[in-house]
Amino acid sequence: MSDFQPQLTKRFETKDGHTLKVFLETGGYASLKNLFAKKPAEIIEEVKASGLKGRGGAGFPAGMKWSFVPQNTGKAVYLVVNADEGEPGTFTDRFSMLYDPHLLLEGIICASYAINCHTSYIYVRGEFVEQINRLNAAIEEAKKANYLGKNIQGSGFDLEVYVHRGAGAYICGEETGLLESLEGKKGQPRIKPPFPAIVGAFGCPTIVNNVKTLSSVPWIVENGAAAYAAIGTKESPGTHVFGLSGHVNQTGYWEMPFGLPMMEFIEKYGKGMKGGKLKAVIPGGSSCPVLTAQECADLTLSYESMRDHKTMFGTGCAIIMNEHTDMAKILKNLTHFYRDESCGQCTPCREGSAWEDRIMKKILSGEATTKELDLMLEIADNMEGKTICVFSSALAFPVRSFIKKFREDFEKYCKPASVAVLEKITAN
Amino acid sequence: MAVTFKKETVAEFETIAARYPVRRAALLPALWLAQKEFGWISTDAMVAVSKLVGCSPAQVLEVAEFYTMYQKKKPGKYHLQVCQTIACLLNGSEEIKKVIEQKLHLKPGETTPDGQFSYQPVECLAACHKAPCMQVNDDYHENLTPESTEKLIDDLRKK
Ligand SMILES: Cc1cc2nc3c(=O)[nH]c(=O)nc-3n(C[C@H](O)[C@H](O)[C@H](O)COP(=O)(O)O)c2cc1C
Ligand code: SF4
Ligand code: FES
Repeated sequence: MSDFQPQLTKRFETKDGHTLKVFLETGGYASLKNLFAKKPAEIIEEVKASGLKGRGGAGFPAGMKWSFVPQNTGKAVYLVVNADEGEPGTFTDRFSMLYDPHLLLEGIICASYAINCHTSYIYVRGEFVEQINRLNAAIEEAKKANYLGKNIQGSGFDLEVYVHRGAGAYICGEETGLLESLEGKKGQPRIKPPFPAIVGAFGCPTIVNNVKTLSSVPWIVENGAAAYAAIGTKESPGTHVFGLSGHVNQTGYWEMPFGLPMMEFIEKYGKGMKGGKLKAVIPGGSSCPVLTAQECADLTLSYESMRDHKTMFGTGCAIIMNEHTDMAKILKNLTHFYRDESCGQCTPCREGSAWEDRIMKKILSGEATTKELDLMLEIADNMEGKTICVFSSALAFPVRSFIKKFREDFEKYCKPASVAVLEKITAN
Repeated sequence: MAVTFKKETVAEFETIAARYPVRRAALLPALWLAQKEFGWISTDAMVAVSKLVGCSPAQVLEVAEFYTMYQKKKPGKYHLQVCQTIACLLNGSEEIKKVIEQKLHLKPGETTPDGQFSYQPVECLAACHKAPCMQVNDDYHENLTPESTEKLIDDLRKK
């Protein structure tokens, strides 16, 4: 790690790092020379070879996604930036937009050139007023200096970038919900296929990428795929901004290559546990199956290690919980969240999330039996893989992992099923 | 009572609408403009928005209802939105909610009689490392304690 060079956060502490002047002084827009010297297809190949994976949650390889865009269809191609940052526990895109908006714009230029897009929208969650102002100011500056607009830096390439403000709906982070919202509708996800790369915004081929995914691109274009792939681990090349929240002494975010052991992350960066020993970790946003302290012993911050531990890398922002955490209360918090945020289109999701939440309420009030825990697992099975988008599965995962791994936290609220039967008989 | 947009707002809207290949896409921005100009999204504001965008009032209603940040009820001068999701829960958001509910005698969704404060628990505000947190109008307040929350309310009152 000694020769590690930050790529995504290097201007975060720099005074006026968000301005074009400082951005240019610190190597900003330098990738454009390489970019315009190559053909779009070559850029896609370069990003493919770098192994860059999407940072929005699903981890889909960025270059491969770009290669799905059909060319010469006569239709416009759009790039839509996912800056909705609504996943519980996730909080780092906000700093990319606040402290280094031009880096995101540089990434947008690179990606747009690669997929032959001339109009890009940045979909920012409605709460991020400061970020929206920064982005608009950066776009203005970039246009004036011809980093955006017509014939960018004499390359013949045109690009306009606009900010689109969301208005408070978690489901708009899902890429097709986001596109509906961009089109001025309710953010209800679309049935796939067709995938957005074929039919996306306004019926045209569209790529949706996360803020961090795009901010990672300029470094690759400037330094080459091989250099990028040499950082991190084999299956998780490059760097990422990892976040910590919950019960650690120092919460925050840090950019580093993939592969750091989770326990070292907690000890060294988080300055150790707060209020008690480690009990559980939600590794990358609320939908990633929860891990026990034991499971974290050999866990590393990488896509492959998360997969091997039957969870997901997600957004790379971990929520840490100490031994005094009541996992039943945490799951109740999650079922409530999903019940509130379900867009309501699919019955298993709408009804399932509400049902799970009702049962959790019953459990916490001491009215439930252990049988209801099994019912919750059954409902979770019926919520998974049967709906328009993966939101429904995203609740099934925590329900299952919480109840299976921390059953005693739930059982302590429950009467044994036999007692309940007896109560019923004597009551009659 | 019918409401109309200021001339400048209409001009601003047209600039925004030109950014999209279809006018309908400017509906969310139009609702933001309406909220800024009228303070909240009344039925009359929805009608004005529908005229501006060129869609039906029902379409505006449907969209306005879907998104939580559009105020369908007049909010207080200070709209307190307390995050109640996991990271904030782990760090004491329940106490922050209690302070607000007791000090201002408010339940979720209510406004004080003097119109100064309205209160709404919300989901993850993406400031989880500074939990617990809340948003007051556009501003974030982080690492809250019951004491700092009381003080914040007192300070806002004095403003
Ligand atoms: C319910 C739900 C919410 C999501 N929220 C976000 C989000 O806030 N930000 C984000 O970048 N991706 C989010 N995603 C992932 C997007 O659907 C999509 O995979 C991502 O934007 C693709 O970009 P990437 O390939 O660069 O990661 C969400 C997905 C789901 C199912
Ligand atoms: S799974 Fe849930 S959130 Fe996704 S489309 Fe269906 S109802 Fe909406
Ligand atoms: S959980 Fe409260 S800001 Fe994320």
